[in-house]
Amino acid sequence: MRETKPYLDPYLAGAGIGLVLLSAYVLVGRGLGASGAFSSVVASGTAAVLGTAQAATSPAAAPYLAAGITSPLRDWLVLELVGVTLGGFVSAWLAGRTRTAIEHGPHIGSGQRMYAAVGGGVLMGFGAKLARGCTSGQALTGGALLSAGSWVFIATCFAAGYALAPVARRLWR
Amino acid sequence: MTAPLSETGVLGPLGVLLAAPLIGFAFGWFLERGGLGSARKLAGQFYLADLTVFKVLFSALLTAMLGAFWLDRLGLLDLSLVYLPETFVLPQALGGALFGAGFLVAGLCPGTSCVAAAAGRIDGVGVMGGMLLGIAAFNGVFNWISGFYESTPLGAVTLTDLAGVSRGVGVAVVTAVALAGFAIVTRIERARG
Repeated sequence: MRETKPYLDPYLAGAGIGLVLLSAYVLVGRGLGASGAFSSVVASGTAAVLGTAQAATSPAAAPYLAAGITSPLRDWLVLELVGVTLGGFVSAWLAGRTRTAIEHGPHIGSGQRMYAAVGGGVLMGFGAKLARGCTSGQALTGGALLSAGSWVFIATCFAAGYALAPVARRLWR
Repeated sequence: MTAPLSETGVLGPLGVLLAAPLIGFAFGWFLERGGLGSARKLAGQFYLADLTVFKVLFSALLTAMLGAFWLDRLGLLDLSLVYLPETFVLPQALGGALFGAGFLVAGLCPGTSCVAAAAGRIDGVGVMGGMLLGIAAFNGVFNWISGFYESTPLGAVTLTDLAGVSRGVGVAVVTAVALAGFAIVTRIERARG
C-alpha cells in the first residue's frame, strides 16, 4: 500500500480554484459548472430513448438539444466536467488516494450510504435545475460576480444544510 | 479591453472548446488536492467538525472576485462581457434549499461527486446517478412548475445593482465578510482544540 499524501491547505486549494475560475472568465467569458453537464447528459439520453423531436418538446430539455449539439460530449460543460473527473483522478492517484470504497459515517452501512447518496443526488439534481445551477455555477461562479440570485442560492443552501443537519446526524456522526 | 478572449476574437470556437477540459482538469485537481473528494470531509462542514468546505469555497470566491474586479479596473477584462446568470428570487431560494438538503444527505455536490467517483468512491457514482434522476424528474414535471420556475425575475443583476452602490463597495463588503468568516472559523477550530 502506497503512502497517502496529506491534503493541500484549504486556503491554498481555494486560491487555486479561484485562479482557475478567473482564467475561465478571461479565456472563455464564463465560469465553472457541473450540474449543467448532467442536464446535457439527461437531455441527450432522453433524445436517444424518445427521439430528438420528442425530447425537444420538453422546454426544460430543449436548450440542451440546440442545433449543432448532437452528442453530449460536444457541449462545453460536459467537456469541462470530463476534465474535472480526469483532474480529480490524476491528483488522487499521484497522492495515493485512489481506493475503491464506499465512504460512510460510523453508524450506517454501505447499503444505507448508497441509498443516501442516490437520494441526496436526486434532491440536488432537482434543486440545481430550479436554482439554475449548483455549487460551481451559482455559488462559485455567480457568487464571485456578485450575482444576486447566486447569493440567494448560497444563503438558502447553507441554511437548509445546517437546519437539517441534526435530523441527518446518524448518516455522518 | 483584451479579455474575455472568446469575445475579443482571440480565441475561436475550437479554442473555447479545447479550453473546457483544461479548465476542468485544473478545477478537479484543486478540488481533490483540498480534500473535497471525500464525502465525510464535506459532510463534516454541517457539524462544524471539518470546515474545509467553507475555507475552500470562500477563498476561491474571494480570489476570483478580487481578480476579476481588478482586471476590469485595469482595463484588461471587460466584466460586462462575462456571462452573468439571471436572477429568479423564489425558485433560486427554494432550489438552493432543496440543494442544501441534498448536499447534506449526499455528502458531495455535483462537481465533487465526479472527483470522488474518479478516486474510486462508489458513493460518488451513486450521487452522480441520483443527479441524473433528479434532473430527469425535473424535466418530467417541468410543464407543471414552469410558472414558478419563471417567477420573480430580476434579470442579470448583481447585489450592488440592487443596493445602488458601486461594484467596489460590494467587493469590499464581501471581502470583509469573508475575512471575518475565516477568523470565526479559526476560533471554532481553536475552541475545539
